[in-house]
Amino acid sequence: MLAYLIKRFFMTIAVLLIVMTFLSLLVHIVPGDPARTLLGPRASPELIQKIRSAMDLDKPAYVQVGNFLWKVIHGDLGTDVFTGVSINRLVSAALPHTIILALASLGLAVLIGIPLGVFSATHPNSWLDRVTAILSISLTTIPSYVAGLFLLLIFAVQLKIMPAIGLGKDGNLKDYIMHLILPTIALAITWIGYLARLVRTSLLEVLNETYIRAARASGLSGRLVQYKYALKNALIPTVAVLGVGLGSLMGGAVLVEVIFNRPGMGTLIYNAIKARNYPVVRAGVLIVACLFVFVNFLTDLIYTYLDPRIQLGKQQR
Amino acid sequence: MSMENTLKTQPLKFNLERFDFILDILRRPQGAIGFTIVLLFIITVIFAPLIAPYDFARQDIPNRFQGPSAHYWLGTDQLGRDLFSRLVYGARIALSVAIPSVTIAISLGILFGLVAGYIGGTVDNLIVILMDSLQAFPSLILSLAILALLGPSLVNVVIIIGITWMPNYARVIRAQVLSAREAVYVEAERSLGATNPRIIFSHILPNVIAPALILAAMDLPWVITFEAGLSFMGLGVRPPTPSWGVILYDGFYNIRLSPWPVTWSGLALIFTTMGFTLFGETLRDVLDPRLSGTRGM
Repeated sequence: MLAYLIKRFFMTIAVLLIVMTFLSLLVHIVPGDPARTLLGPRASPELIQKIRSAMDLDKPAYVQVGNFLWKVIHGDLGTDVFTGVSINRLVSAALPHTIILALASLGLAVLIGIPLGVFSATHPNSWLDRVTAILSISLTTIPSYVAGLFLLLIFAVQLKIMPAIGLGKDGNLKDYIMHLILPTIALAITWIGYLARLVRTSLLEVLNETYIRAARASGLSGRLVQYKYALKNALIPTVAVLGVGLGSLMGGAVLVEVIFNRPGMGTLIYNAIKARNYPVVRAGVLIVACLFVFVNFLTDLIYTYLDPRIQLGKQQR
Repeated sequence: MSMENTLKTQPLKFNLERFDFILDILRRPQGAIGFTIVLLFIITVIFAPLIAPYDFARQDIPNRFQGPSAHYWLGTDQLGRDLFSRLVYGARIALSVAIPSVTIAISLGILFGLVAGYIGGTVDNLIVILMDSLQAFPSLILSLAILALLGPSLVNVVIIIGITWMPNYARVIRAQVLSAREAVYVEAERSLGATNPRIIFSHILPNVIAPALILAAMDLPWVITFEAGLSFMGLGVRPPTPSWGVILYDGFYNIRLSPWPVTWSGLALIFTTMGFTLFGETLRDVLDPRLSGTRGM
């Protein structure tokens, strides 16, 4: 177990290092000069040179990569060469809003999706199961940004019962939550459908296993078997999916944040792209990728803890 | 039965069997709905100039932000352009991005998957780490990083989607190759003295490609929504080309003036995704029931 954890930990570190190297090499892989792109075609050669050196672009590629890695490992994401503000400050202001949005959406998806899936699996082939199946497949096909736009259109623009954009008044928790509702639903919709389908499939699979039949045969009540014995095992694949889900929610959050004008990581990256400010884009993308890798690592740990067979399987292969 | 008769009847029987799976799909309600939507979508793509009543760029400023009417079936946008015509041509854009992107993804995926699975050892480990690293980025975020440097364009979007989607295919092919490599028919070929390229391309590839093709069918709608998402952010297809994402973007900025552009382009995206998903899932169940439930997000 410990050997597996250590191996998994070092693989995570390796992936993170590759991610960082890739992001700092990207400037060299793709054509164009970020300093020139940032400043536009009319910038003077002196100014371009100044920005190039502020971005480290005048140094050889390996020095740039080394400098970037060294700084990031020491917790320094660099400076926004355009405004002179530390990128750490920009990220620490934006990140909490994105994490709150992603967690709220995941929470909502779990709260609705899992009971929906359990209900379907415990009433297989009933008409309610069929309705749930159609509903959940429909939900999975709604992209989060389309859901966001529809919610904005219906509840904020047409009915005017929900706030449309921003975070709400400073320090007002109720207002903050009100502003969180529509983006949360927009981001959760796909996942509600997906979780419902996943839980249904895995619960049905577990309900057919021998130990469940044995439990039933020994006279245990249907509910006890379904919830205590079957659901516990059926939820294991869900944990793995939730881990990946949190990462992809971060990706989806970019578009939803732009639609609802929430100042999170998505908006930070989006505005930086619009301003062609590559150092900020790079830092933003790096943080989201790190979170994604970290959450995957954490999910793997929980997964191994919940089902020790998985780790054994890996070793055997 | 004479030899001549056998030769005459065989191709017919073979053809009927080939189309059997389509009948299987149509027999299932999900499959029938999916097939109908996909068929409508393809007809729209092929016959766009005949279906669209107007040119997609024709402006009618006095009639901007109109609701649906006999003249403009789905209404008009901020420049008085016919929304129906723009959506019809938008379907063409969607497919012209989705098919080359998926083709790039599947070709690279097959190449990496075959090499990793067949050669194994250090090469396999390196490819797995490379794929892991590519998948360490949520695909939208990775695309943003690359597009920030490359700048928005249709070709860039195709290349980027191809690269970000590739690891999924590489993984599926690799897993299939790993088990096919040990199969008896491969062992038999090897003992008969077949070369590695012959084993890979004549025996392993035809046996492992089915899951990748099914995955491709199921990925098409996600690629379409992905492209629309990038275009919505102004990083994909550029206006005035009528990508559904561009129509959505225009509609979003004028959402208080007219609900129609957002409504119709959003619905077009939802229905297309739903159609392809229903069709793809039924296709998977019909062709390879073992894969049921394998698709990730």
